[in-house]
Amino acid sequence: MGWLFISPAIISLGLFLALPLFASFGLSLTDFNVFAVRDWGRASFIGLANYQALFRDPLFWISLRNTLYFAIVAVPLSIAASLTIALLLNRKDVKMKRFFRLGYFLPVITTTAAVAVVWRWVLNPRFGIVNWLLSLVGIEGPAWLADPRWAMPALIAMVIWRGLGWNMIIFLAGLQGIPKHYYEAAQIDGANGWQLLWHITVPLLRPTMFFVTIMTIIGYLQFFEEPFIMTDGGPLNATISVVLYIYRQGFRFFNLGYASALAYVLFMIIITITLLRIWVGRTSSEY
Amino acid sequence: MQEKRVASTVLVHIALLIGLVLMIMPFVWMLSTSFMTEAEAFTFPPRFIPQEPILDNYVELFRRLDFTTYFKNTIIVALFVTTISLFLNSLAGYAFAKIDFRGRNKLFLAIMATMMVPGQVTVIPVFLLMRIFGMVNTHAGLIVPGLVGAFGIFFMRQFIKTIPDELIEAAQIDGASEFWIYARVIMPLCKPALATLGLFTFMGSWNSFFWPLIIATDSNMFTLPVAIAVLSGQHGTNFPLLMAGATIVVAPIVVVFLFLQRYFTSGITLTGLKG
Repeated sequence: MGWLFISPAIISLGLFLALPLFASFGLSLTDFNVFAVRDWGRASFIGLANYQALFRDPLFWISLRNTLYFAIVAVPLSIAASLTIALLLNRKDVKMKRFFRLGYFLPVITTTAAVAVVWRWVLNPRFGIVNWLLSLVGIEGPAWLADPRWAMPALIAMVIWRGLGWNMIIFLAGLQGIPKHYYEAAQIDGANGWQLLWHITVPLLRPTMFFVTIMTIIGYLQFFEEPFIMTDGGPLNATISVVLYIYRQGFRFFNLGYASALAYVLFMIIITITLLRIWVGRTSSEY
Repeated sequence: MQEKRVASTVLVHIALLIGLVLMIMPFVWMLSTSFMTEAEAFTFPPRFIPQEPILDNYVELFRRLDFTTYFKNTIIVALFVTTISLFLNSLAGYAFAKIDFRGRNKLFLAIMATMMVPGQVTVIPVFLLMRIFGMVNTHAGLIVPGLVGAFGIFFMRQFIKTIPDELIEAAQIDGASEFWIYARVIMPLCKPALATLGLFTFMGSWNSFFWPLIIATDSNMFTLPVAIAVLSGQHGTNFPLLMAGATIVVAPIVVVFLFLQRYFTSGITLTGLKG
């Protein structure tokens, strides 16, 4: 009876997840291209040639470097920002908590594709509100998305703005799970605010922090919609991400074999980082 | 000491307020630009209140461009995905929570492991599969691949686990079938979980981009997110038109969120605790 209940789920996951997971590895060992899409007979087995080609492909390395640059800068900034807001919102003396929470959370629920278009306008060098705000404090803002040096920082700012509320809510839940009497006991011993933060909040928030970090890293390594809509990987490939490159190879050029190899490399990177983080989390929480 | 505390309270509120303004400002500006002419939008410093608000941008989206179709596609897909996936995920969640069968725990772990697989790895074979099924450029093609997910099954299982076994046993003594128990005993008790998961699913479907971009190559199958991306490519500098388009995509989801936000926070908290 149990099998009957789960069979639709199993069939669906098998067909659209398990099977494709193996199939895409199989595809990555072929030269499946635009001609093979119409007639599968035209694809042939080429062993690891796609992987060899990929390691010599400068655009792959650029996209990987961009993705890592993005993740390495954006993950800590995003976590720091959402934790700061969660800590502020968790203070007893803060009024209108629901209102603030709602406002900070709003960007999370909105459609990334639409928000990316809005940010093209927000970041407009001559008329956008970012450069207007900067001009108010006497800074002449750069051309953002048109400038190879500033395009990625602009995307990072937008992604942090968008994702802040999500991690904020998870941190708030974590903060509320810390028993109040720890703080009370420490206060009786004369601990000040920073000491409470450093010796009680931070260690006890570790499981939440662990979860948030992993989810944020995995999400950021799949960075796609923002560069696709806002820069199309440019200027001068400054914002091409691995997933954007997979999309280009797979669905613009229909080099499905090569794109599968790219996707598998990304998959391996994500799994490695996830397992590494789990391993680090296990060993360092034992004290 | 007292004064210092008051000062810090005021400072925290000011900081939170400035942050909030920065969070909301892009939306306010999106909305106001959508009612402007191009001439008015391209002024510096930027205006937040249009001097002569116009509806032309919205009219153009629905009359000349095909936003009615895109809107319909998005709603159809989101509604089908939400209802069917609630049914399938809760069915599986119930079995994993309450029915003993061989290999249950191993299978559940295997399903949970699929959460680690990023969509980009499976998308190419799924696309080829959809070609075989003849589902490219159809509503079915947009709907079917995303119906069952490990998260939905996990979410329903966790909730159903908290329902006491006695209720199920009592129904079994009365001779109820397993499906009757699922439909008449368990599901009515799952309303809050179904509401939360249903909202997540609806929003996920409404906002989804990668899969619709690949499977809907014909403009009559576009969903709103794909349509706004294409519009942004074609009318790259007509920002009032683009902002009207963005408003149409974003507004329904914001309204849904404002009405049903209590289900959201409870749901996110649940996902946060699973780590």
